[in-house]
Amino acid sequence: MSAADFETRIDRRFAQLKAEGRSALVTYVMSGDPDLETGQQILNGLPGAGADIIELGMAFSDPMADGPSIQAAAIRALDAGVTLKKTLAQVKAFRATDDETPIVLMGYYNPIYHYGVEAFVRDAKAAGVDGLIVVDLPPEEKDELAVPALNGGINFIYLTAPTTDDKRLPKVLEFASGFVYYVSITGVTGTAAAAVSDIEAAVARIRRHTDLPVAVGFGITTPDAAAAVAGVSDAAVVGSALVNRIRDNLDADGKAKAGLVDEVLGFVKQLADGIRAHKGS
Amino acid sequence: MTKPNTLRDGPDDKGRFGIFGGQFVAETLMPLVHDVAKAYEDALADPEFAREKAYYLAQYVGRPSPLYFAERLTEALGGAKIYLKREDLNHTGAHKVNNTIGQILLAKRMGKKRIIAETGAGQHGVATATVCALFKIPCTIYMGTKDIERQAPNVFRMKMLGAEVKPVTVGSCSLKDALNEAIRDWVTNVDTTYFLIGTAAGMHPFPMMVRDFQCVIGDEVRAQCQEAEGRLPDTLVACIGGGSNAIGLFHPFLDDPDVRIIGVEAAGKGIETGKHAASLNAGSPGVLHGNRMYLLQDEDGQVMEADSISAGLDYPGIGPEHCWLHDIGRVEYVAIRDDEALAAFQMLTRLEGIIPALESSHAIAHVVKLAPTLPKDNIVVVNLSGRGDKDLNTVAHALGINMGVNL
Repeated sequence: MSAADFETRIDRRFAQLKAEGRSALVTYVMSGDPDLETGQQILNGLPGAGADIIELGMAFSDPMADGPSIQAAAIRALDAGVTLKKTLAQVKAFRATDDETPIVLMGYYNPIYHYGVEAFVRDAKAAGVDGLIVVDLPPEEKDELAVPALNGGINFIYLTAPTTDDKRLPKVLEFASGFVYYVSITGVTGTAAAAVSDIEAAVARIRRHTDLPVAVGFGITTPDAAAAVAGVSDAAVVGSALVNRIRDNLDADGKAKAGLVDEVLGFVKQLADGIRAHKGS
Repeated sequence: MTKPNTLRDGPDDKGRFGIFGGQFVAETLMPLVHDVAKAYEDALADPEFAREKAYYLAQYVGRPSPLYFAERLTEALGGAKIYLKREDLNHTGAHKVNNTIGQILLAKRMGKKRIIAETGAGQHGVATATVCALFKIPCTIYMGTKDIERQAPNVFRMKMLGAEVKPVTVGSCSLKDALNEAIRDWVTNVDTTYFLIGTAAGMHPFPMMVRDFQCVIGDEVRAQCQEAEGRLPDTLVACIGGGSNAIGLFHPFLDDPDVRIIGVEAAGKGIETGKHAASLNAGSPGVLHGNRMYLLQDEDGQVMEADSISAGLDYPGIGPEHCWLHDIGRVEYVAIRDDEALAAFQMLTRLEGIIPALESSHAIAHVVKLAPTLPKDNIVVVNLSGRGDKDLNTVAHALGINMGVNL
């Protein structure tokens, strides 16, 4: 039921976790937040801290689906000089240290469109990117990037939402591969949280339409919440709460304090421990 | 590609005008966007919707608006014969209400309980707050703090009308960021809320729908010019921010090849300074706010801040149909600087006793350049899209006048 005729690190990682009998921790950080060097250190440290899959934000000036935390992260990263090219370079540098942990780039279409879709897919694949989540590309616009990505060996991860009804789900899933991302609330990132029972019902509904793993995100802020969501899905995505740890470890000039990387990775470890303790979903 | 017989049948079934337009929207909103498109299609097929809209446009907005022969301006410029389409005389003082009447009737049909809108100059915010008062629907208007400052009278009008005005403090603190915040609100309150977009941009079907509601301007001009002159105009001129007043005037004339059509962008402090809002003259295709359009952006595809003395033109993009008309060459797009618009603002005020909005002053400013080069029998219609009362503080400031002290 995958639209891809190839295998990526994402497929291998979910297969491995299935064998282990547990769900995945997916962590989101913005590339280049709070600066390129610190961002690279965080990225490189994520697998060791327990992240099973890495979502790496591509900064955009107008992040319409994001709440204040990730908006601020994008501003920090852009101020620090991040570009899409530099984000790909960060992935490449990461791959020199880790060739197994999947990386999914997440962001908005315009920087990719401006880069050139064909060149971007080629360069992203070469850098070691496994999947793409592009918020403002619904299935209606699949020809823009989803189809070229599939042709270039990259999974295009589709978002589904509480507003995506059973009639629409097949359309959303038609070109899906890698996993399906369930946006658990109607709203922007890092604000409200959905009830676990609602998430469970929604995941069950999506599973009636696909065999792909279902990851759940938006509003998961604590190790307990991550464990609870992981218990009823294939993966819990934590973004804003991590990004807030970065924000909380900046000095008055917005520069990274000495312990920032350890603080962030320490939080990732707590999240990972929570999910691992909840083995057997 | 074969040449179509008409330039008026866009967008295609994917919401595109050529490569522009489309539905670049988060999944959460996509089902609702389809609902809006379906509801609009149903409304178009319902004579009662047309009847109701016509009733409010006539009895409440005061349409048709006059096509006024600007005799003294014509005389002063010494060339073409200039007519002003007086959208400034509409209830609420601008063309924006043509669209808000249409969309509020649609929102009512859809059973929506709450309205949100973005505004730059505040004219769309006022027009939205007005129809929400009329139909007793709560509304929230997003407005950048930079615009709140320079359009204070409109902010007060919105509040008097019962709207909640939410200041937007991120990014450039103007229209672009107000749109982002409105979209964030919409995605959060997707079940109850209707997003009443004010310009002919955004995700399909909004560019088409807003255009359709604004076409009353051009339709009236056709009939009024026939009556006054026995023929169609030779030249049409309108200012462009997102482009709704312009597309409303232009669209009914697109298939009349003898009618020259000119859109006027804001050149701000000059295109060469980088401080401007001339998306067509200085931008490149990009995707923002649900559609592909010409966009001011840097080499990384980050959206740049626009700059214009006119809050209503201070936007880094432009509606998709204009982008297409630009690419196929049917419409000429020129740019006018802040200082030129200010001079035109004063000129029209003194010559005709009509204070134009700073947005419309850009169109007037181009006519000031163009008219002397045209023969006296060339009929120019310029869209006076709004009145300038809201801009008096900005103009006074630009002219170095302290309103409290040395008037």
